Amino acid sequence: MKFGVLRFPGSCDEVDALHAARRVGDAELLWHGERDLRGADAIVVPGGFSYGDYLRAGAIARFSPVMESVVAFARDGGIVLGICNGFQVLCEAQLLPGALLPNANLRFTFRQVQLDVVERDTAFTCACAPAGPGGQGTAARLSIPAKHSWGRYHADEPTLASIEAGGQVVLRYAEGENFNGSLHDIAGVRNARGNVLGLMPHPEHAVDALCGSTDGLCIFVSMRIAVEGARV
Amino acid sequence: MRARVLIRPKAGILDPQGEAVQRALPALGFEGVANVHVGRLVELDVQDASQLESMCERLLANPLVEDYEIVLDK
Repeated sequence: MKFGVLRFPGSCDEVDALHAARRVGDAELLWHGERDLRGADAIVVPGGFSYGDYLRAGAIARFSPVMESVVAFARDGGIVLGICNGFQVLCEAQLLPGALLPNANLRFTFRQVQLDVVERDTAFTCACAPAGPGGQGTAARLSIPAKHSWGRYHADEPTLASIEAGGQVVLRYAEGENFNGSLHDIAGVRNARGNVLGLMPHPEHAVDALCGSTDGLCIFVSMRIAVEGARV
Repeated sequence: MRARVLIRPKAGILDPQGEAVQRALPALGFEGVANVHVGRLVELDVQDASQLESMCERLLANPLVEDYEIVLDK
């Protein structure tokens, strides 16, 4: 199982994403100017400020050579995870519904957030364990960091109704945690087919106890399970 | 040909920048200001103005959340 982690000019979380992916499989960085995905079984579009976030976050990165290959990979059913700026890129590329807008608080905000995993039967969350002592409650809860200024998830009413009905909302900010003003407290959303997920918080920064939480690891483990399950 | 593309948040979408500016103006003594919205301006020279619409749809604006207006200089 091999992850391909994209690197754009202005990416800054690709090394942590690589590190996180290597805890569950092989991983390699893929430069934005290349079209070859080098046999990756899953793609991570990392956080940062691709192309300086000029014009709009993700607007220019979506047209990079590597993204042409990622779009084709996703259309073929390949597993693609977009984190933070990666989420913005995937929305701009129309692989995911909706858009990310400036935080309602107008501030770059960096804090640990609590997320409810509201869909656990997905390629990205199947390894996330239920929260609570003795497995009480059915929802999993993740504590991972968020750091962004453009994280307010927005989609029009028909799109919101459709993604809610279709189980495409995978992660929500827990009560009181939605600092950016995202509609329906949406922190992570997948496409209708279920092979592409974008989320604003950073699971790759929460894979080592030294950093206070290892809750992010289950996202990468889930992706490995999904890839290996598809091979059988 | 010189063109200007005005890009603004779609009506009905929360515009915290506009709201912040609207709150700031009365503090400076400017009264009677409403419906403030903050957008972007893209200025460009183009040979074929008929391509501007497509440029806006594909790159300059995000039609999901932004409206755009193309102004051609005479």
